[in-house]
Amino acid sequence: MKAPDFSYEKPTSISDVLALLANDELDSQLLAGGQSLMPMMNFRMANPGTLVDISGVSELAGITECTDTIEIGAMVRYCELEQSTIIKTHCPLITLVLPYVAHAAIRNRGTIGGSIGLSDPAAELPAVLLALDGSIEVTSRNGVRLEPASSFFKGVYETACEPDELITKIILPKAHLKQNFGFHEVARRHGDYAMAGVCIAQDSDLSIRVAFFGVADKAIRATNVERLLSGSASFSHDVIKDAQNATSEIEFEGDMNASPEAKQHIANVVLERALKGMK
Amino acid sequence: MTKTAQIAVTVNGEKYVEDVPVRMNLADFLRTKLGLTGTHVGCEHGVCGACTLFLDGVTARSCLILAVQADGAQVTTIEGYETDKNASDLIKNFHNRNALQCGYCTAGMLATSIEYIEQGNPADREKVKEHISGNYCRCTGYQAIVDAICTTIEERQG
Repeated sequence: MKAPDFSYEKPTSISDVLALLANDELDSQLLAGGQSLMPMMNFRMANPGTLVDISGVSELAGITECTDTIEIGAMVRYCELEQSTIIKTHCPLITLVLPYVAHAAIRNRGTIGGSIGLSDPAAELPAVLLALDGSIEVTSRNGVRLEPASSFFKGVYETACEPDELITKIILPKAHLKQNFGFHEVARRHGDYAMAGVCIAQDSDLSIRVAFFGVADKAIRATNVERLLSGSASFSHDVIKDAQNATSEIEFEGDMNASPEAKQHIANVVLERALKGMK
Repeated sequence: MTKTAQIAVTVNGEKYVEDVPVRMNLADFLRTKLGLTGTHVGCEHGVCGACTLFLDGVTARSCLILAVQADGAQVTTIEGYETDKNASDLIKNFHNRNALQCGYCTAGMLATSIEYIEQGNPADREKVKEHISGNYCRCTGYQAIVDAICTTIEERQG
């Protein structure tokens, strides 16, 4: 179908965006890359009064290397992440994951801020942020606040971002040399939304963060799995088995591709393959 | 309240200034306003790849882009691939290998193939398959399309 009727605004500064968001009469919806929003509008699942196109806001562009962190503007597209030497050097997990995010034509348009702000349970980037313990800079007319990824994703298409707030930056810690990363996902077709996937980050002290996507109502850390894997320099058959048993802590949710039981099975498969790919 | 907008867009080297309803997508704009019906609309939610074209030099799904978002942009459609993208050899190989039957996917398939070749990627069947995985073809079974892409790369390498 075609998108329902709406009005369109294209502000050029963050303050203009915030003014539009604060105007309740407009019933505004932010438009970044539009690679999820436009399908939702064509399906008539979304019916905003006004689309606020933020692609002209230069303050939301660019990838910046800071002392201990990498700051990624909300409008940075996947293809820019793919080409960035800063990302290749300091965020290797993102480089590992990107080829699996949709298809090239979608990655040429889709943005990091859009993916994080949508909180699609099957999207990769929310799980990347959880595994890297990143944070999200959110701006409203009341000021700027930092929300840790661990408390940002609330449910299907639900985040800690209020309707009058704009995601302005994604902040990730720089990877250390002794850190180790893992990733695996299973999808019906390369580039489709994953039936289940996992992002793993192991620190130099062998503590570990494990974030699943495509298995529940949002990207989630599996804390029991993390506890069992922490301290292991390599992942033996027994360690992996114990970790797989611990995925029962997740409240698996089925979708049109798979039942909750199938999701748990696939989650265990991707966990094993990701861990085996790490060392 | 902006429901219509004037946009200036360059399509296959020609500049157009048109008034468009803001809810009109880029594919419909090209087809109905400019009469460039080579761009096909399939699923209208970014899955089938039929509407893929070049927007400012990179592939994009024209069903997921509003015409108003293309204001100021350079668009290249299948009508321009032979001249603007120097893809006559690829098009010839699509013919030679029977890489199309009904032709519905061909415009999008060519865009995705051109991008793969332009990026200097190898004539590696697995890599080609991965790259075109976002474009559905219901006729050929894909093998002939992969043939055409790999042949073009090999021919260009001499």
